[in-house]
Formats: sequence, C-alpha cells, structure tokens
Amino acid sequence: MTGAPANSNRASGLHLRTYAALAVIITLAPLGNVLLGKGMKGIAAATTWHPSELFSILGQILSSPYIWLGIAAQLAFFVAYMVVLSWADYSYVQPACAFSYAVVAVLGYLMLGEIVNPLRAAGIAVICLGVIVVGRTAPRTTDPIHAVERALEHG
Amino acid sequence: MREAFLLFLVIFAGTGGELCISRAMKTAGEVTDFRPASLLRFVWRAMRVGWTWIGISMMAVAFFSLLGMLSIEAVSFVVPVTALSYAAGALGAAVFLRERVSAQRWLGVLIVCVGVTMVWLSKH
Repeated sequence: MTGAPANSNRASGLHLRTYAALAVIITLAPLGNVLLGKGMKGIAAATTWHPSELFSILGQILSSPYIWLGIAAQLAFFVAYMVVLSWADYSYVQPACAFSYAVVAVLGYLMLGEIVNPLRAAGIAVICLGVIVVGRTAPRTTDPIHAVERALEHG
Repeated sequence: MREAFLLFLVIFAGTGGELCISRAMKTAGEVTDFRPASLLRFVWRAMRVGWTWIGISMMAVAFFSLLGMLSIEAVSFVVPVTALSYAAGALGAAVFLRERVSAQRWLGVLIVCVGVTMVWLSKH
C-alpha cells in the first residue's frame, strides 16, 4: 500500500537532487572560466615568445590567486559532473550543460564588465541549441570492445 | 591571427587529448566496480597505456592555450567559440575511434558551427 507513495517520493527526491546538481554544474564551469579570465587579464600577453618570457608568464600564472580559484572551480565542476553522471543519463546531463555558455556571458558581464552585443548573444543561443540537438542523440553507438578493435585494425 | 592560432590549439589539442584518453579508457576496460581499491587499480592500468600520457600532454597544451586566449579576449567570446570542439569531436570520433555519428548529431554540430561563426563575427 505504501509502495507507490514511497516510489513517488524517491523519484521526486531524485529530480530535486538532479536539478540541484545541474545548477551547481552550470554555475561552476562558467565561474571557473571567468576566474581564469580575471586572472589572465592581469598578466601581460607574450610578445616575443622567448623561453625566458614564457617562463616569466608561467610564474605569474602560477602565483595568481584567481587562476588557482578558477582551477579549483573547474575541478569542483568535474567532480560534480562525474557525480551527477552516476545517477543521471549522459544524454540528459550533456544538453543541460549547454546553458553554461549562456551563464558564462552573464557572469562575464557581472564580474568582468564585459559587453555582450546582440550578435554574440544570438550566437550563444544558437550554440546552446546545437549542443541540445547533439545531446538528443544516442550517447553510445558502438560496443566499446568492438570500437577499439576497429580502431586498432585501422591503425 | 594569434586568436585563431590559439583557438586551433585549444580545439585540436583539447579534442585530440580527449580522444586519446577515450581510446586509452576503452583499452583499459570499463569500470564496473567503484570501490576505492578497484578504482586505483583501474587508474594504474590506464596509466600504463601510452595513449593516456599523450592525451594528458595534449590537454595541458589546450589548457595553457585557453589561458593565452583569455589574456587577450573576453571570456564571453572565448568560451562560446571553444564549442567548436563539438565539431572536432564528432569528426575525430568518426575517423579516429570509428564511431558511427548519426545525421542528427552532424546537424547539431552544424548548428554549433553557425553559432560559433556568429560569436566570432560579433568581435568586429
């Protein structure tokens, strides 16, 4: 008698957990990119590409707190992505993550004061649509063992 | 020109790295046991596949190229144009991994390319 409500509660909890995890994923990846961007804006771009100049830039990159925060956000995104894939389908998660392209534009505007013109906004919307179309295809089209056999056969 | 070169590195080194890792994972075998000891054994097995190291090296090149792009362009430009990796990924999966890429997936890739072109044009 209690089976149906229990299943319904479990499904509802799973949906809630999935939405929460997706919200975290869609925020963390763009946040990581914006932090990396903020860190790199304070570092002069290479002009001569001489090894000594490149090492100096590498030193500045590794000593920037924004770069490390960006890397931490990207790592947290990666862990959250792996975790959500442990219960949700890849074909559901991947298109949902397309919205991170829109979030990066919003965060770029809010945190870095970047201007997103109408053509760029439209382009980002088209990219999101394309990613959703890609995500609605079957996530696996080959058997892994056969795929690697075929790849090895063809060098 | 510099942006185009860095984007080329981000896309091709990044996608190439992911394809190498994917090929290495298929050689290392599927993960079915998620206990820490089994996962460590899987990582050890993957590390002994040459493709893993080629993949990691290529992904490092892609990461530093991304940082290079971020130092000269806006984040709202750089991140969307890297979606071009969907096109490189589909092409690489078809050629390198011999996966069957459906017509719908190619359509999605085409739409992504149109969007990337629009974002690229928005720079001028």
